[in-house]
Amino acid sequence: MSEAVLVSTTVNGDVVEFACPTDEVLLDSLRDRVGLTGVKEGCGTGDCGACSITLDGQLVCSCLVLGVEADGRDITTVEGLTEDGELHPLQQKFIDHAALQCGVCTPGFLVAAKALLDRNPNPTETEIRYALAGNLCRCTGYDKIVRAVQASAKELNKARR
Amino acid sequence: MPHDNSYTGQEFKVVGNRFARPDGVDKVTGRARYGADASAPGQLVARVLRSPHAHAKITKIDTAKAERLSGVKAVITSDDLPDLTGGDRGMADILENCMARGRALYDGHAVAAVAAVDEQTARKALKLIKVTYEVLPHVTDVDEAMKPEAPVIHDWVFTGGVNPQPTKPCNVANRTEMGHGDVDAGFAQADVVIERSYKTEQTHQGYIEPHACLASVNSDGSAEMWVTTQGPFSYRTVCASLLGMDLAKLKVTSSEIGGGFGGKTHVWAEPLALALSRKANRPVKLVMTRDEVFRATGPTASTSIDVKVGAKKNGEITAAELELRYQGGAFPGIWGMLGCMTGFACYDIANQRSVGWDVIVNRPKVAAYRAPSAPMAAYAVESIMDVVAEEIGMDPVDFRLKNVAKEGAQAPYGPIYGPIGIESALNAVKENPHMKVKLKKNQGRGVACGFWFNIGGQTCVDLNIGTDGSVNLAVGTVDVGGARSSMGMIAAEELGIDYEDVKVHVADTASLGHNDTTEGSRGTFSSGMATIFAARDAIEVLKERAAQMLDVPKESIQWENGTASATGAENSNLPTLTLKEIAAKSHNTGGPIAGHNEVTADGAGMGFAAHICDVEVDPETGLTKILKYTVVQDAGKAIHPDYVEGQFQGAAAQGIGWALNEEYVYGEDGRLQNPGFLDYRIPVCSDLPFIDTMILEIPNPNHPYGIRGVGETSIVPPLGAVGNAIANATGVRMNHAPMSPIRVLEALDRAGVSGDQVSAG
Amino acid sequence: MQVSLNGALRSAADGNGSVDVDAATIRELITKLVDRFPKLSAEVDKGVAVAIDGVVYRDDWTVRIPDDAEVFLMPRIAGG
Repeated sequence: MSEAVLVSTTVNGDVVEFACPTDEVLLDSLRDRVGLTGVKEGCGTGDCGACSITLDGQLVCSCLVLGVEADGRDITTVEGLTEDGELHPLQQKFIDHAALQCGVCTPGFLVAAKALLDRNPNPTETEIRYALAGNLCRCTGYDKIVRAVQASAKELNKARR
Repeated sequence: MPHDNSYTGQEFKVVGNRFARPDGVDKVTGRARYGADASAPGQLVARVLRSPHAHAKITKIDTAKAERLSGVKAVITSDDLPDLTGGDRGMADILENCMARGRALYDGHAVAAVAAVDEQTARKALKLIKVTYEVLPHVTDVDEAMKPEAPVIHDWVFTGGVNPQPTKPCNVANRTEMGHGDVDAGFAQADVVIERSYKTEQTHQGYIEPHACLASVNSDGSAEMWVTTQGPFSYRTVCASLLGMDLAKLKVTSSEIGGGFGGKTHVWAEPLALALSRKANRPVKLVMTRDEVFRATGPTASTSIDVKVGAKKNGEITAAELELRYQGGAFPGIWGMLGCMTGFACYDIANQRSVGWDVIVNRPKVAAYRAPSAPMAAYAVESIMDVVAEEIGMDPVDFRLKNVAKEGAQAPYGPIYGPIGIESALNAVKENPHMKVKLKKNQGRGVACGFWFNIGGQTCVDLNIGTDGSVNLAVGTVDVGGARSSMGMIAAEELGIDYEDVKVHVADTASLGHNDTTEGSRGTFSSGMATIFAARDAIEVLKERAAQMLDVPKESIQWENGTASATGAENSNLPTLTLKEIAAKSHNTGGPIAGHNEVTADGAGMGFAAHICDVEVDPETGLTKILKYTVVQDAGKAIHPDYVEGQFQGAAAQGIGWALNEEYVYGEDGRLQNPGFLDYRIPVCSDLPFIDTMILEIPNPNHPYGIRGVGETSIVPPLGAVGNAIANATGVRMNHAPMSPIRVLEALDRAGVSGDQVSAG
Repeated sequence: MQVSLNGALRSAADGNGSVDVDAATIRELITKLVDRFPKLSAEVDKGVAVAIDGVVYRDDWTVRIPDDAEVFLMPRIAGG
């Protein structure tokens, strides 16, 4: 067993503490110690985006961050996208547009798409495609995912007005 | 009583609409549980030690140090998996593929496995296992493996399908010949005869979820396994057989599946997890890394293909010939045979012959990948179709239409086709607005066709009506792309109730009878058929109960729009009873109301598609960009059009990846050079445009709703469509897929095409 | 009735591409073929399907074969 460090962090608004081996990646900490299995491992090398989370608002692959680096930071995972039991518009539009088939990449896409829309509320199709280029989907050919993000942007902008 | 599966042309109220999927909320909130998302009290973590050599004799495995490491609870080698296969060669191959037996047959072949209290300990234990190898000569290329001087991988393989059978072992496992007519006479009638050779590289299914399972074997011999699989029942059969367990004592639950595409129809490390659990007497969780997924699971065959087509000037194909060499990895496969059966399937060719060679090499055991073997043969056929069309001065779509297979044509594998959709698909392509979009400099357009079988198979469902009238439907095919929606829609359609009143779930192996693996585009066809019959079975019970409630004979009850009513003027004063009302009184009328069906779903239709692809080729870099893409495919009947489109788009995207980027790269040392998503590059969002779809509905006469499977066919045309588009853009014909920038650039250089010379298609 | 065979099945039937068999069901057809060509037994174990008038039956051996049907014995395939 490698040396463990006590990590105190905020995950989806809740303060969470866990003892974390120094060589453990945040993806494993979130899944195995915090119990958030919505964060998926597709590759473990930062290539597939299935483990996407935001760390202090910044989109990262949690497989490329050490668990100990989360100390004192603010984490959002797919489990944190719903508010008061209501699906986030992106979540709803992914269902409405059939933007998922197997669904294993969906948590990463939702987190990445939210990070995009937070930063750029009116992305073009090309901007959406490049913003999501770090998330691999093998089922959909991305068509319905892009459409779902476009529809979400529209709805979020309507709500803002 | 056998049910009539004939197409009836009934009118639909629910089917054909686009409802939200029942697993949607779980999947967008992270609650859906996949293979790696389950845990059990006291579970151990398993890791597998794999061969770094392409081919090596294993002279010794010393596990003593690993076993002594604190926290290690079990170490297994092939000694812990005695051969119980009793001469069943196929099963013996599966066993040997799960773990090497004295010889490592490919880079990544499992050699030993450990179960330990945590990941860190398990990894440490792997490093303490000392394996002594004696490296043997290897071969990874299909053409090289067929040469007489190639190292022979198995001394028990003698080429089958040739007369007389050879007495010397070699790497060619089988020769298959299919076809009909007189090929020589056909070529003699041709005005033009063209021969070409093509190569395709090995690709992987590339599902985003790695293989994962949680196995728990008890000391009394009972066991459970939670696993990501397309076939919980076949996983149960194979695992129980390899480990000497009773089927009924092994309960397999299929988790949500994070993609399969054929790669999760076969067991890989699941027997190892069970063996570790049995040895450690603790639950064991085994999750593969991506590196392991690439090196030791899946891939499809790499191929080398010769094709020859003879045609008259009027466009009639007089004869055609295919010679297909497919490697199946380290074990005998059927992949060349499947190429023979599918290559010319889109065309009506009176004189045709296809010869397939199944070849063994030092690569992982090839698995089915979406329409297995068809895309490679189609790459050769669809490419040469354009070459011949150009030679005789005919439009490539018209040339295809001139020779297109219709009802009554003979398939390459023998039978006469019933109603099929390839002519309609080609006509739809011809009329499609996409064909009129203007192309600019360096841009080109290609069209290609594709065929894949559908299958049916053993299927059963349980439909239980709750006392409140809501319905649970248990199915045994897994949901790989929205199937629960489709099955719920079919149940609602038959019962005459709302879609929202049906909840569908995928049953485990202890709760439902045997269901064949969800493969061969069979899910919607087969479980759809069983669901229709089960609902009709339940309606008979509902009518009987309504008869009791209304005090009339059952024969006078009719079922319409979810309600029972008594026919006849004398009964006109009686109330109509809804399904809910009948269900509420079920305790007084005979107890729970249910419908069941067990069926061998035969009569699957054939799947055909035609694709249009526009590309732009950068003459400086060789990079091909997909500008616009259209899929036209026959679905028979689209139950849930969103998920039919989803299958079309996803299959096309995989085909495009194969056409442009994806390939296994082996080094001289026989090791896989690119076992990761960075170097094995599948299409990303910015690589693709929207993929337009057009669903044709030519009913399958052997399904009550006319359903054809739609899952696989559309991976078949893209290699040809992309190749034809590149040729149209550059004037240079690519004969090696993937048509990656470096290959395109080399081809342009060879042809002496510089950037300036490339003109509009 | 004439039964056509292809590929490995043809090889196992001593190279016969077409065989005359009198059979009312798929079971009877396969039993009689294996009786006549014992080498077909291994192919049947690997898996065969029967196409009757263009409809492929992979599993159900109780299916009846009409008198003048076009019958093909072919390998039993699966898919991805």
